[in-house]
Amino acid sequence: MTSLTPETSTAAGAMALSAHQLDSHGAEHGEGHADVRLFGLATFLIADGMTFAGFFAAYLTFRAVNPLPADATYELELLLPTINTVLLLVSSVTFHRAGRRLMGGDGEGARLWLLVTGALGAAFLAGQMVEYFHLPFGLTDNLYASTFYALTGFHGLHVTLGVICILIVWWQSRQAGRISAANPFGLEAAELYWHFVDGIWVVLYGLLYLL
Amino acid sequence: MTVASPTDFEAGSLQPEGWLRYFSFSLDHKVIGLQYLVTGFVFYLIGGALAGVIRTELASPISDFVSRDVYNQILTLHGTVMIFLWIVPVVNGAFGNYLIPFYVGARDMAFPRLNAVAFWLIPPAGILLIGSYFISGGAAQSGWTAYPPLSLTTPALGQVLWILSVLLLGGSSIFGGINFIATILKLRRPGLKLMHLPMYCWAMLGTSLLVVLSTPVLAGTLILLSFDIVAHTGFFNPSLGGNVVVYQHLFWFYSHPAVYIMVLPAFGLVSEILPVHARKPLFGYTTMVYSIMGIVVLGLIVWAHHMFTSGTPPWMRLFFTIATSFIAVPTGIKFFNWLATLWGGRIALNSAMLFSCAFIVNFVFGGITGIALAQVPFDIHVHDTYFVVGHFHYIVYGGTVFVIFSALYHWYPKFTGRLLNEDLGRLHFLLTFLGFNLCFAPQHWLGLNGMPRRVAEYDPAFTTWNQVSSVGALLMAISTLPLLINVILSAYRGQPAGDNPWRALTPEWLTSSPPPVENWVGEAPLVTHPYGYGTPEGQLDLAAASGSELWQASQR
Repeated sequence: MTSLTPETSTAAGAMALSAHQLDSHGAEHGEGHADVRLFGLATFLIADGMTFAGFFAAYLTFRAVNPLPADATYELELLLPTINTVLLLVSSVTFHRAGRRLMGGDGEGARLWLLVTGALGAAFLAGQMVEYFHLPFGLTDNLYASTFYALTGFHGLHVTLGVICILIVWWQSRQAGRISAANPFGLEAAELYWHFVDGIWVVLYGLLYLL
Repeated sequence: MTVASPTDFEAGSLQPEGWLRYFSFSLDHKVIGLQYLVTGFVFYLIGGALAGVIRTELASPISDFVSRDVYNQILTLHGTVMIFLWIVPVVNGAFGNYLIPFYVGARDMAFPRLNAVAFWLIPPAGILLIGSYFISGGAAQSGWTAYPPLSLTTPALGQVLWILSVLLLGGSSIFGGINFIATILKLRRPGLKLMHLPMYCWAMLGTSLLVVLSTPVLAGTLILLSFDIVAHTGFFNPSLGGNVVVYQHLFWFYSHPAVYIMVLPAFGLVSEILPVHARKPLFGYTTMVYSIMGIVVLGLIVWAHHMFTSGTPPWMRLFFTIATSFIAVPTGIKFFNWLATLWGGRIALNSAMLFSCAFIVNFVFGGITGIALAQVPFDIHVHDTYFVVGHFHYIVYGGTVFVIFSALYHWYPKFTGRLLNEDLGRLHFLLTFLGFNLCFAPQHWLGLNGMPRRVAEYDPAFTTWNQVSSVGALLMAISTLPLLINVILSAYRGQPAGDNPWRALTPEWLTSSPPPVENWVGEAPLVTHPYGYGTPEGQLDLAAASGSELWQASQR
């Protein structure tokens, strides 16, 4: 991946590249330092976090001003979601482990921890499905039910994407040099995203289950 | 079909590889910038035609030109097209992509591929939106605000397509914003400090922060709205226990900043154009920077001034009135800085300058009515009347669109290497300025007297001023002709501009016109004082000097 796509790599363009510009272009496209890409991802996660912030604000306002129908309740079973919370928090630690192993040059260890993280994420999703099937309300039963499914569903979508990313990173790290201590961007990006999704869940857990 | 606009004028002259690159997934920021510009202009013509239908309908008090339902669809499409497909993409995407890499001394944006994706989301979104008019049930009818419960009761398919289209455009906007933030903060050439940057960079940084912080909230809200329509949830449906006011809060949390997303880049462009044609440094650079950032912060906490009649509690009204009024401070600073920039300058009253000066006049008028609207007692009187329509168009048309035209006259030589014709430019200006004021000034009178907006029929007492307004709209439509003729003819027959026809010092002029693919042959210049005008004319043969010589001379 280079910025000089076939149609732009004219002689003038190629000549014009000084050492510095080659450097900064490398950073843009995956050669050399990953700063700008992680920065871009972080900016995107701020945007993504604002989507959740909007949902949270809506949920809190609904709870404050919109009374539920007489037969509905805010009370939920706590056991399964609490186990799920623990699973996600542990998965953040295991992902961090994977990163440490990778930077230490231990590709095998990194892959193992990646798989553990992915398994924890999948277990979370399975737990979420079990919870969905046992909940006493459906999507359109009342405002709280709709908000519950929208929030957990949107978060679950993020977890699903995260697990897919983990599997992709795991697959790439099996190929020599694609993800290594010298080129850790793929893993770092997935890790940043995963921590973000975990952080969102902690807020979500507090708002939906504990409040 | 919507992208079938890059006319041959951009071909050939710009890139040796030929005109097909404008239809390609090009990664060159200059190609992408022009793709935005021309696509946006096509949607401007479409949105203008829709406005023509509205003004024709309103030329008489009864609903006789189109049916009421069609009128609602037309006005919804007009608002959405003009905001999301013309102003936001052009004032951000077009000029931002073309200029920002020059200004930071880079050869492209931080994420060229993301940049191309962001552009190519726009044509399908536009096709979805316009195409929704032709399906059964027609396009969305609930205005560009899509307030429930109205948006839940009008034909569902058109509304869902509207949501889908706006989501795509929001995604495009967010991708663009991320790219601008990363480019401005991370891709500056060594030695170039933030406070060296041309003002448009600051404007785009502020705008992109607003895009990244507020657009996702709209996206989430519209997803919930689509659940209400498709899955019959009740988030915003009062009959199912939902809350319409929550929608309004979330919607305006994006859509008020959206006004700044449309107008902050225009502030930046004007700040580039005025110093060049007045031959003076930009007045008050530092205060300009702080004003922009002040507007960003304040812009995020004033949204509920759109909701003074939505049952907002008194403390909320008080807070949002005060916060909104405070925006006058940074905006006023910018206004006086522009005046001070012009003061005592050697002003060249060319088309670019005329449009920029008219922007200042229009914008101040729109700003004053904006402050008036921030006051609760006044707002309650004129809420949802034509006063608001007049105010809004003074900001987005009198403000931003005038600047887009000004920028076109200013940077067309950079895009093509040829100047636009001045006589046609002045005719364009005259018609636009007269037509615009004739069209929108009377709407303040109409609103003060109680004419509601968004309605196809009105009290016959309002007929005269509505007809004046419609004549103004006709003039605006005619004003597009000299512009189109000028842009197309000048591409072939325009006076060759040379590399730097305005003797400007900002970095995009310190290279050839049109620029080479990687922006500069050799290293990018380090421009630490982009507004160093005022070199005594005798010291330098300006006609013969190249941009970089000019630059070095100004440093002596």
